[in-house]
Parts: sequence; structure tokens; C-alpha cells
Amino acid sequence: MVEIPSGSAGAIPSAEVEDVELYHPKSWWTKYVFSQDAKIIAVQYSLTAIAIGLVALVLSWLMRLQLAFPGYFAFIDADHYYQFITMHGMIMVIYLLTALFLGGFGNYLIPLMVGARDMVFPYANMLSYWIYLLAVLILAAGFFAPGGPTGAGWTLYPPQAVLSGTPGGKDWGILLMLSSLIVFIIGFTMGGLNYVVTVLQGRARGMTLMRMPLTVWGIFTATVMALLAFPALFVACVMMLFDRLLGTSFFMPAIVEMGEQLQHGGGSPILFQHLFWFFGHPEVYIVALPAFGIVSDLISTHARKNIFGYRMMVWAIVVIGALSFIVWAHHMYVSGMNPAFGFFFATTTLIIAVPTAIKVYNWVLTLWRGDIHLTLPMLFALAFIVTFVNGGLTGLFLGNVVVDVPLSDTMFVVAHFHMVMGVAPILVIFGAICHWYPKVTGRMLNETLGQIHFWTTFLGTYAIFFPMHYLGLLGVPRRYFEMGETAFVPPSAHTLNIFITVMALIVGAAQMVFLFNLVWSLFRGREAGGNPWRATTLEWQTPQTPPAHGNWGKELPVVYRWAYDYSVPGAAEDFIPQTAPADGGITREVPA
Amino acid sequence: MAVVLILVLIVVGSVLFHVLSPWWWTPIASNWTYIDSTLVITFWITGIVFVAVVSFMAYCVFRFRHKPGSQAAYEPENRRLEWLLASGTAVGVAAMLAPGLVVWNQFITVPDDAVPVEVVSQQWLWSFRLPGADGKLGRAETRDVSPENPLGLNKNDASGLDDVIIEGGELHLPVGKPVRILLRSVDVLHDFYVPEFRAKMDMIPGMITYFWFTPTRTGSFEILCAELCGIGHAQMRGTVVVEEAADYQTWLGQQQTFTQLMASGEPRPAN
Amino acid sequence: MSVTLIFLAVIAAIIVWWLSGQRLASKPWLETGSVQLPDHHGTDQQQPPVPAVKIGLFVFLGVVGALFSLAVSAYFMRMASTDWWGTPVPRLLWVNTAALALSSVALQWARREAGHGHMESLRPVLAAAFALALFFLVGQVQAWRELTAAGYVLADNPANSFFYMLTGLHGLHILGGLAVLAHTTVRAFASDVQPDRLRLSIDLSAIYSHFMLAVWLLLFALFAGWANDFFDLCRTLLT
Ligand code: HEM
Ligand SMILES: [Cu+2]
Ligand SMILES: [Cu+2]
Repeated sequence: MVEIPSGSAGAIPSAEVEDVELYHPKSWWTKYVFSQDAKIIAVQYSLTAIAIGLVALVLSWLMRLQLAFPGYFAFIDADHYYQFITMHGMIMVIYLLTALFLGGFGNYLIPLMVGARDMVFPYANMLSYWIYLLAVLILAAGFFAPGGPTGAGWTLYPPQAVLSGTPGGKDWGILLMLSSLIVFIIGFTMGGLNYVVTVLQGRARGMTLMRMPLTVWGIFTATVMALLAFPALFVACVMMLFDRLLGTSFFMPAIVEMGEQLQHGGGSPILFQHLFWFFGHPEVYIVALPAFGIVSDLISTHARKNIFGYRMMVWAIVVIGALSFIVWAHHMYVSGMNPAFGFFFATTTLIIAVPTAIKVYNWVLTLWRGDIHLTLPMLFALAFIVTFVNGGLTGLFLGNVVVDVPLSDTMFVVAHFHMVMGVAPILVIFGAICHWYPKVTGRMLNETLGQIHFWTTFLGTYAIFFPMHYLGLLGVPRRYFEMGETAFVPPSAHTLNIFITVMALIVGAAQMVFLFNLVWSLFRGREAGGNPWRATTLEWQTPQTPPAHGNWGKELPVVYRWAYDYSVPGAAEDFIPQTAPADGGITREVPA
Repeated sequence: MAVVLILVLIVVGSVLFHVLSPWWWTPIASNWTYIDSTLVITFWITGIVFVAVVSFMAYCVFRFRHKPGSQAAYEPENRRLEWLLASGTAVGVAAMLAPGLVVWNQFITVPDDAVPVEVVSQQWLWSFRLPGADGKLGRAETRDVSPENPLGLNKNDASGLDDVIIEGGELHLPVGKPVRILLRSVDVLHDFYVPEFRAKMDMIPGMITYFWFTPTRTGSFEILCAELCGIGHAQMRGTVVVEEAADYQTWLGQQQTFTQLMASGEPRPAN
Repeated sequence: MSVTLIFLAVIAAIIVWWLSGQRLASKPWLETGSVQLPDHHGTDQQQPPVPAVKIGLFVFLGVVGALFSLAVSAYFMRMASTDWWGTPVPRLLWVNTAALALSSVALQWARREAGHGHMESLRPVLAAAFALALFFLVGQVQAWRELTAAGYVLADNPANSFFYMLTGLHGLHILGGLAVLAHTTVRAFASDVQPDRLRLSIDLSAIYSHFMLAVWLLLFALFAGWANDFFDLCRTLLT
């Protein structure tokens, strides 16, 4: 038993009423459209991301239909198939996941969770959203441009991406894609500066870094990574635009295209790959770290237990963030780069497995001896762990250079990254929406609809992607418009393909249930009250729900404890909000 | 309870699927059985971890699900347990990495007696070049590619004159002889992939990449392209025939050399 | 990618240094009740808190630094191929460099004046800084035209391509800085100067300008070929 110094609660002056320069909206337009309130911007980001994400979802159905019933749908030819793949992949990774986690959750949660009134640069924040919207529009314009969107694959590897053998290569497609990415990065940088500086400078009194919820840690670290990694994509896009429009040869070697010598010469396609993956690998963690953070908080809150090993969790986030900048070339084991790099990158890649595994252990150890409420957020958190563990483990195959040789560029890779960076973060997003929906709208989501959506999505995606690994093991390559007659692929594999497609359609339909639930509950949902989950973190302690502009009435909150005071022995309730002053004289059993 | 049941079903189902499913790698036809073994080691280690973590989770949900009046324990951390788990993981990771790196070292160390064989890719066709009597391949450049000289050989390089050129046809290899596959592309990225050989490598315009293997069984195998190379990507197929040395020599004798090709003036039509 | 990795190492060092002051090893669950002020409120009253914009600027400079170190990495990687021959450095670049450096000096001067509260005397200095930076930009465009006229066109050679791209990227950043500086200068000439805000703006402009000058000097060294000599030297020293 350790006596906790009860602090000098009486001596703490109340937080000064800060003279914040909040922009006060004057009209409906500046309140809801050109809003500078991070919460509105968050909703704008989220809705836009979900809308464009739906496009990507529909594209995935079309691709799956083609793979299961090749030749059956006349309008899906090879051109279209590759365009669908490219747009699906790019939208999902960048315009949905990155935008939703950082622009959506980041904007909503950071100011509320650290006890700030708003982001530190509200105007740049607003610009960030509108630039993002512009990027989305440019991207979507690809569908209507002559020649259609680019079909270069989401990796956009040159020289193929800018040649005529690829849809959109010599038309508008690739230009729109590159411009859209450049615009996105500019917009993101404005938002990203906000998220970082708000965490650095906007924290309420008493909110030390080690008192921050892991959600903030995850989003914060991911943003720092994104700010350092996106420039690589930016440079790559600019250079490719030069190659495509101005005839330079950054990435373009001497090429004979369809029997004709091109003007280019000497460029290095591998250089592009290095730049792309220098961004691309951190990108995986840019969507994973916020998910890690959020899921930690969901598990802790709904298991009514502090997150196990908080310090280790923080360190792991930081270490993963740092290491993920020196593993990029594990995407290039068979790219023809100097094979000796394989040793280095395989080693660093497998080392990352250790902090990642620690996080998984700590999540399940948080469940141990918890008081597990099987609410929707908790269900999604459990589903996340299953999916993430599965996808993370197959990552050990692909990271271990020699095992990657037979598996790279097969459906095994597709299955792996869908599990680990597609489905797993999406499950967290659903969990997070179920968790914070009451704060955003003041109402609870409908539980029955939620359960239907949850089970279909969780089991459906598992049924899609788990068997898909075995197609890859068999040797079925990825990005194949059709497999055709091939000796090593047995007919039974075709049956499997049909099964996967049926599952994909069912999962897709389930998403409509979720959308319906979002809208229906907005009007018919049960009133939530300010803190329906009885959670400790600051966002649940706002004077109003949904929080008003400025978040905290007159006085900023003061933080007296960490974010995980659940089930503290001797406390009257099973949670103590971060704003509750010292629990005078409570003794706690703390393992030495 | 449904949650617990389903979590258990996922574990059992995944393991059963793995054991019972008819979908597994194609029988190997090269010396890279070590790659398969490393893969199997990885399957064991990761499989055990997956079963352990998800089962433990199922147990936790079963044992500690909310009941009226229950309260969670208070346990901020447990350093010993955490370090123990971390070290255990590190050992498991090392157990996968170490054999992996050893095999990778073999993979990138080409034996001296490996015969060079060149594969040249273009949208969407495979061509091949074998050294002639001198055992050497002549120099070649994308810049020199023309309808008469589809692989862009340097006409001034004497060692290239006797090279055997197969444009768009089948590649034959003698069984049991290590080959060093040199990969070249004249337009975009491609990837030479024969599932039975396990090995694969991207082909990059402007560069020569390579890998090596020894064919260990005779037969005819399909070549696939494994790097997106435009709309014909999925149709870009070819054939490798592995045969006994005598058959191979007969086949080789029937092929055209670069000199013959230049003399005939007409490239053989691609089939 | 070695340039990028060196840059990242520097960033990592800064982050580690900062984190080391954040008590990451503390056990937050044992510290209930205490309310430490977050570091930015300043531990003692002597040090006023660092304004958020300033932190924002530093973070932004980190992003810009990443951008240029990646571009320079690409430069070195591309340089390894055989079709590379250097682009001559136009004489004019020396003049431009001097202008940019003087602009930085002027801003530093304005910063000092502002620090001493001489809000009147800094006006011409600010205007000079603006004019010099503008001169730099115009000079850069002129350098492009000279090079093009001399036959060193964009697509002919990768060294040319990089020259135009890197100077272009740098120029765009200067242009952005100029827009802000123009705003500040106009404010300095306004009748109702707000000394605190002006001081901050000048501060920020000066920092940005110094940074972009440093980037320019590195790029200049790169174009002039000294960077390669330096690398070669390092290599010989190491081996
Ligand atoms: C149930 C939902 C989904 C289905 C059915 C689905 C289906 C597919 C299919 C069929 C492909 C093409 C595979 C190939 O032939 O190579 C693909 C590619 C891809 N998907 Fe998904 N997907 C889903 C969700 C997601 C999510 C959430 C992400 C977010 C990370 C994602 C990211 C990607 C990426 C990056 C590619 C690769 C594109 C490329 O090869 O260039 N997908 N998906
Ligand atoms: Cu990666
Ligand atoms: Cu191909």
C-alpha cells in the first residue's frame, strides 16, 4: 500500500479565464459552411471522406464482380478494372483513412481531449478542409475526364503510369491524380500544423503529456509522421508531373514503347519507388497509430479498467513512429534494388513487430480482470484486435525478405494489407463513431442496427480476406484483371473467388445499414446525456452536449489526473473524471 | 456469450481452414525448398501466436464480462510481465528472421557455374536470349532496339553475334543446371514470375536485375508477369520448359542466333 | 536517401531532446491531484510563453526541411547515372545570393529595432528587406532565362531539370514568404501600429528568411558542385 500524496488541492488557483481570440461566426454561412470551429470542420472532413469512401466501396464491388465472374459484365474491361483498382486504393488509403483519422477525429478530439477551446490556428484549419475538398473534387474529376482516371495502380509506378499502355497515362487521368495529391498534401500540412501545435501549446492546465489519452498520443504522433512523410510523395508527384508534361527524365529511362523510341533517357524508376515508399510505409502507420490510440481508449473505457501499461503504450507509439521511417524498402525486396539492402530492411521491419506486439498484449491484458461491457465500441475493439493480429502476423511473412519473394505481388499481399491497414482501422473508425456519436449529436446510435452492422462487417471482412491469403500462396498474382486458364490454379480456387465476392457484396450492403443508422439516430436516437459511457476524459466533461463553440463555458478545465482512473479502489464510482480534484486520502494498491 | 463463441469459432475455423483447405502452394520445381521451409516456420510461429492471443481474449471476455456488481481490478502496469512478453516476442521474431536472412544470403549469392540466361520483357511479351558457343551474352541497350533488332543487341560486340534469340517463344532450360536469370525490360516495369520456381524479380527499364535458381524437375511451367505493366498485364504469359540435357541441346540447335536473325532481315513473327 | 536520413536524425534528436523533458518515465497514476503547468506556460514568470505561431513556424520549417532534403536525396540518386553532366552556375546567382543574404540581414536588423521598441526606424529596414528578397526572385528568373538562352533547357539533361525544379521550389517558398512580409511591412507603415504583434511578425519573417537563406546556400553549394566534393571528402576520410 502506498500513500498517495493528495496534492494541495486548496492551493490551486482556478484556471484563469483565458482571453482567447475565438472567431465568432456572424452568419449561417460562417457558422456551418466556412466554419472555423474545429468540431464543424471535423464533421465536414468526416462526411466528405465517407462520401468519397463510398465511391471506393462501390469500386471494390465492381472489381470483385469481375474477379468472380470474368467476362460476365461487359462494361468492366481491362481499362476499367485497372482504373477501379487505382482509384479504390488511393481513395481508401489517402482520401478516406488519412483524412478521416486526422482531419475528422483529429479535429474533433484533439481540442476537446487536451482541454483547448479550439485549434490554435482556426483559419488555417478551415482552409485545410476546403483544400482537401478541392483535392477530392480534382480526384473525382478523373472519372469524367477524357480517357478516364489513371489505371497505374495506387503506387503510380513510372514509367508505366505516364505511358499509353496504361489508362489515363497519356490522357488526363494521371495529371489529375498527381495534382490532386499535391493539393491534398498542401491542405493536409495546414491541418497538420494545427494538430501538432495544439497538442504542444493548447493543453489545459495540468494536462501533462503523460496525462493525455492515448488517442491524442496516436493522432499526434501520426501527424508528426505525416508532416515528415508527405513531402516525399509531394516531391515524387512534382517530379512525375515534370516528366509527363515537360519531357524531363527524372524517372524515365530510355524506352521503346510499342516499337517507338521515346525521347527520355537515363532516369531511374527505382528512385520513384524509394520516394513513394519513404512516404508509403509511414502512411501505413499514419492510419494505424490513431487507430491504436483510439482502440486503447475504447477498450479501457468499456472494460472499466485503466489501460494496462500506459507508459509502455506511449513509448511503443513513439518507437513505432520513429522506426517506421527506416523500413520503407521492405516494399521493394523484389524491385531490383541492391539486394544487400534486404538484410537491413528485413531486420528493421521485424524489429517493429516487437513494440507492435507489446501494444496487442497490453490491449488484451487490459481485458484481463476487467469489467467488460460488450457495447458496440467494445465489440469493434475486439474485432479490431482479431483482425489486426491476423494482418500483423502475415506482415511477418512479407517483412522477412526471403519469404516475401514468392508472396510479393500476389493476393497474399492484398489480403495482408486489407486486414492490417484496411479493415482493422475501419473497424476502429466504426467503434469510434459509435463511441463519440453521442458527444457529437447528443444521441445514442441504435443498438440493434449497430449489432447487425457489426457482425456482418466483422465476420464478412474476415471471410473475405482470410481465405484470400491462400489464393496468394497458390500463386495468384494481384492486379490481375482475370486469371484465365492456368495449370497451377485449380478450379476450386474459382469457387473461392465467387464466395469472396458474395461476401464483399454482403459487407457492402451492411455499410448501408450503418449509414441509415447514423441518419436515423440523429432524429430518433435515445438522448445520450453528457457522459453516457461514464468516461474520464475531458471531452465527456463539457458543460454542453454537443459542445458549444469554444468547448468549455467560461473557464477552461483543470486536469488533476491521468485519463484512466477507472475502478479506482475506494472511489465512490468506477470512474473519476480527469477534472476531479484530488481524491483526498484514498489509498491505492499499486504494484511496486 | 455469443461473442465468446464466435471468437473461439474464428480460432478453430482459421486453423481448420489452414489444415483442410485444398489451396496450397504448387509443387516446387526449383532448388528453393529453403524458402518453403522458412515459410512453414513462419506459419507455425505466427499461427501459435494468433491462436494464443485470440483464445486468451475469448477467455477474458468469458470470464470478465460485465455482471451486476462486478468491478474491474486496478492494475496500471506490471513491468515484469511486460518485459517477459517483449523478450518472448523478440525471441520468436529472431527465430523467423535468422533462417530468413541465411536463405536470403543464398538467394543473392549466385554460384559461379550458373549459366546466364536473359529474359527481356516488353508490353506484353516475353523474349529470351541464351549465350552462344562462347558462353557469354553480348552487350545490349534499349536505344538499339529496332524492328530488325528487337532485343537491342550491340552489333559491334562480337560476343553477342552467336547469342540465341527467342522472341516471344518458349524458353527451354536443362534440368539440374543452375541458371542466372538476367532481367531486362525495354518499356515499363514487369516481373518474371514462375510460381513453381518460387523466385521472382522485377524487370526495370534501364537496368539489369537478376536472380538465380536450379530447375529440379522437368516439365512445362507458366511464366506470369507480377508487376502491373498496363492493360495487358494479366495476359502477359509465357512458357518455360525444363527438360533433360539431351532434349535441351536438340532444342537449342534449332534456334536462331543473332547473326542469322540479322541475315534473314526479318524477325520471326511473334507467336 | 542519406541526406534525408541525416535530416531525419536531426529531427529525431530534437524530438528526443524535447521528450526527455516531458517526464515520459513518470507514473501518471501516482500523481493524482498535482497540477503542473504545461511547459509552455513558462515555469517561472521571467520567461514569457513562446507564442503558438512561432512553434507553428518551426514545425512548418521542419516540413520544408523534409521537402528539400528529399529533393536533394533524389538529386544525388539521379546523379549516379551516366547521362549526367553538370549545369554551369550563372554568375548572376552570386548577386542573387548576396541579395538574399542582405535581405536576411535587414530582417535581423529590423528584429533588433523592434526588440528595442524603435517602431519608426524599422520601417525603411523592412522595406529594404522586402525589396532585396524581391530582387532575388527576379534575379532567379533572369538566371533561368540566361541558362535557357545558353541552351541549357529543362529537359535536356537531368542536372538542368533538377536545377530548374529546385530553384523553382525554393522560389515558390520565397514568394510565400514575400506575401507575408508584404503584409507585415504594410502593417509597420500603418498609423496604429500594434508593437507586440508587429514584433512577432518581424520575428517570424526573420526566422523564415534565415531558414530559406540556409536552404538556398545548400542548394547553391549543390549546383556549384561543392556538395559533391564535400561528400567525396567525407568518404575518403571514412575509408
Ligand atoms: C470490404 C471492403 C473491400 C473490398 C471488398 C476490397 C477489394 C479490393 C480488391 C478486389 C482489390 C484489387 C485486388 C487486386 O486485384 O489486386 C483491392 C485493392 C486495394 N484495396 Fe481494397 N477492398 C476493400 C476495402 C479496402 C480498404 C478499407 C482499404 C484501405 C486501406 C483498401 C485498400 C486497397 C488498396 C491500397 C488496394 C491496392 C490497389 C492497387 O493494387 O493499386 N481496400 N481491394
Ligand atoms: Cu511498409
Ligand atoms: Cu508485364
